[in-house]
Amino acid sequence: MREACAIEVHNLTTTYGGAPVLWDIDFELPAGHIIGIIGPNGSGKTTLLKTIMGLLPASSGYVKIFDKDLEQIRHKISYVPQRESVDWDFPASVFDIVMMGRYRKNNLFKRTNKTDLEIVLQSIEKVGLTKYKDRQIAQLSGGQQQRVFIARALAQKADIYLMDEPFVGVDAATEHSILKLLKEMRDLGKTVLIIHHDLQTVSDYFDYLVLLNTRLIAKGTPQEVLTEENLTNAYGGQLTLLAKVANLIKVNQFPIREKDVDL
Amino acid sequence: MGELWIIITASIVALNAAILGCFLLLRKMAMVGDAISHAVLPGIVVAYYLSGDKTSGLLLLGATLTGVLASFAIDFLSRKAKIQGDASIGITYTFLFAVGMIMISTMMNGNTDIDMECVLYGDISLINLDKIVVDGNLYLGPRAFYIEVIALVIIGFSIGFGFKGFKVLSFNEDYAKALGINTNRWHYALMTLVSLTTVFSFEVVGAVLVVGFLIIPPATAQLFSTKLKQMLFWASVFGILAVIIGYYLAVWMNVSITGAMVTVAGIDFFLVLIIQRLVDRKKRSTTFAAPEFITPTPKNSVE
Amino acid sequence: MQTFLDFISFKDPNVMYVILGMICINSSSALIGTFAFLRKRSLIGDAIAHSLLPGICLGFIAAGDKRMIFLFLGAFLTGWFSTFLVDYIVNRSKIKQDAAIGIVLSSFFALGIVLLTYIQNAGYTNQGGLNGFLFGQAAAINRDEIYLFALILLIILVAILVFYRSFILISFNAEFAQSIGLPVRWIEFLMTSLTVLATASGIQALGVVLMSALIVTPAAAARFWTHKLSRMLVIGVVFSVFSGIVGAYISYTHAATPTGPWVVAVLSVITLLSFTVSTKSGILANFLRARKNKIKILQETILKTIFHYHERRGLAQNLDSVLTPTDLLSVRVYDTYQLQKGIKRLIRLGFLVAKEKGFTLTENGKIEGRRIVRLHRLWEHYLLKRTTIDALHVHSGAEAIEHILSPEIEKELERELGIVGIPTKDF
Repeated sequence: MREACAIEVHNLTTTYGGAPVLWDIDFELPAGHIIGIIGPNGSGKTTLLKTIMGLLPASSGYVKIFDKDLEQIRHKISYVPQRESVDWDFPASVFDIVMMGRYRKNNLFKRTNKTDLEIVLQSIEKVGLTKYKDRQIAQLSGGQQQRVFIARALAQKADIYLMDEPFVGVDAATEHSILKLLKEMRDLGKTVLIIHHDLQTVSDYFDYLVLLNTRLIAKGTPQEVLTEENLTNAYGGQLTLLAKVANLIKVNQFPIREKDVDL
Repeated sequence: MGELWIIITASIVALNAAILGCFLLLRKMAMVGDAISHAVLPGIVVAYYLSGDKTSGLLLLGATLTGVLASFAIDFLSRKAKIQGDASIGITYTFLFAVGMIMISTMMNGNTDIDMECVLYGDISLINLDKIVVDGNLYLGPRAFYIEVIALVIIGFSIGFGFKGFKVLSFNEDYAKALGINTNRWHYALMTLVSLTTVFSFEVVGAVLVVGFLIIPPATAQLFSTKLKQMLFWASVFGILAVIIGYYLAVWMNVSITGAMVTVAGIDFFLVLIIQRLVDRKKRSTTFAAPEFITPTPKNSVE
Repeated sequence: MQTFLDFISFKDPNVMYVILGMICINSSSALIGTFAFLRKRSLIGDAIAHSLLPGICLGFIAAGDKRMIFLFLGAFLTGWFSTFLVDYIVNRSKIKQDAAIGIVLSSFFALGIVLLTYIQNAGYTNQGGLNGFLFGQAAAINRDEIYLFALILLIILVAILVFYRSFILISFNAEFAQSIGLPVRWIEFLMTSLTVLATASGIQALGVVLMSALIVTPAAAARFWTHKLSRMLVIGVVFSVFSGIVGAYISYTHAATPTGPWVVAVLSVITLLSFTVSTKSGILANFLRARKNKIKILQETILKTIFHYHERRGLAQNLDSVLTPTDLLSVRVYDTYQLQKGIKRLIRLGFLVAKEKGFTLTENGKIEGRRIVRLHRLWEHYLLKRTTIDALHVHSGAEAIEHILSPEIEKELERELGIVGIPTKDF
């Protein structure tokens, strides 16, 4: 029996400053798994996540979530950006940030209701930050800050979680408690997509992997993906020809698909 | 009585500016506020030229558009022309300000409605000359006061109503987008409000000094605030404090009232900064048992 | 015409002073501004310019009159102090740089206004004209000031010549400069001081608000024309000096209007033009490039379609059939108007010849058609061999790429894939 497909990425190409950083990425990810996206620096992992989330436009191809367009199903997806991308000096407490998880396009003008409040407090409880709920976010450790993000994602009550390097700057204990939480979520049928860079821990953490280096190298179970050949392909540098063509495209500001030019 | 009107009117200016300034600062767009306040000059000149009257509401709204246009131009230059952000700001506002000055010197021949110095630092002591009087004897206060009240109502409503939106936009634009929020719309809403404040306060405090009200009190509050509402509150307090102290200082020294107000705001900032650093140092030397949460946060600027 | 002659012959000695002044001021600020621009510190000029005002007033109070050296000294001190404060705020608090600039700029300016009104009301005689610093008064430049401005220009020129390499390194990457042992803090101090000098020299002519334009705008305009720093410096100076002279001329012919705003307006227009028509990254260049790409894709696609038409009928060897647009439309979807246009162009370029009932390929056309099809198929094979992109998708991946593969890349593809001739089919 075929598993339900959570995220379908179809023939996706994304450019940055005119040059493609992702080439024809094509995969389907099964629902109810913890899925790792791995690959060397500059291989387009964050770009992929941002394109899935609609933060960057795709030059070609499309993304479907549970067989629907992003806009129809956005409330089911939670996005956790890289920790460094946020200004932690922002005057807000743990509670305030987690409350943002309850914000929706159409409730921005409404008052917070009781349900929201309960969900937020539960989420903070789940990541073990109840003690620090009123603390300003700059006064937390790296691990605690990451847990604030996780709590915010939990508060969103989503089905799919997209996380950009949630284990960076986190101590080992926190890493394990986060992982435990993610596994609980998976057992509830949630899908978690995580960008990860530590190859050592990959096979312990993930049920399913996507290996990337500007193009898709491999996808599947850790055993299938973590082969000598795949890793050499991914980490042995970019394909020279592919890089050259990307550069030509950038220099000439060439359209990446014929459909961009109506013939 | 005139004294009280000046203080009240300036306090409302300070309040308006403080509220919007907090969001500008958190969005790291303080200098966009600076640019907008200079760039509304051509709009104001046209407004005066067409109305011949100092404060035709509709035309002031027209001038507000100039400020929004400036923020749009800054965006355009940095996105399409790929000029770095701070340079886009510098180019846009100096250009629009220069155009405004040229317009004043060519269109306003013999018309002294716009006093050039007033453009830069306003002349709040004059607001009592332009009063609203009903039935020839019922004095209702200076016109500028009512204009500021209108601005306060607009800003109060917008921020109160859209608080969540402005908050999440200021915290992290990508996150707001991921929630499906149209960040562009919110951004330009904020820019419109900033533009509106500067246009409405122009006569009272002038183009450069309104920037002082926009940036300095919120920055002072930011030094120690841990919650957004707290920051908004203290920014307003510091703004109004600067107005009151500045007013009496100016009267005592016989100098520009608005100038003194912003100078006091600046002094307040540096005082709070120094006090905070002294307190921090003391704290650090007295606490020896480091609690577990003290692991320092990596600062973005370091990387 | 007569006014123009009067202008360039310096009939009025004041015109000469204004022009000489503009040359010195604009060159100084464009030169040092280029480094500020590259260090992404353009707005610091804004903070400095506003901060000169209290210094000028203090200088006046100290001297009791408008002796320039006092005003200048005061301006230099407060201007320099402002940059120190900006750095202090950024390093010692969570306030970000742009807010710090805003704080310093408005507090110093406010203080300047306080001092200015103090001077006006304290009954100093001879204080008239101090408020000229607010908006600038280029016409007030006198002979002594020209000497001072020239001296400042000379100092800046010498400093740039002597420290050229250090300036470049620090502007490019201060951390790297530090790592190779350059005294980064001292050199940054020098650059800041030079920026203050340049700003101070222009404050009288341009005024506090517009002066920062002379720091930022020339570099931004020059950036559109070159990627080389040395050229950027020259182009920036040329643009800025040109604007200075044109601004002075407009103000000369329209006596009621001040010089400063015209200079800045002209400079901004030059920037706008640069951004529009520059051959490197201007809007126009991008537009033309997009058009060229589109035409190329259209033509090559038509040639390719003609090849496909023959191939389907087993005629790939001779490619001699006479075709009509309808034949091509049976192979591939086109916008008919575009198709007609493309065919006409190909006939004009000698890839097709018109026949009585349609058109046919010339020898050149045959070569070109085969080349495109071959590139398309080579790229498909490459993607299949080197990536996990499956056979269903390589065709669409190659559709656009085929048009951009250079002969050099074609050779590399051949070598890597070991394919001679045209692979037999698309995927």
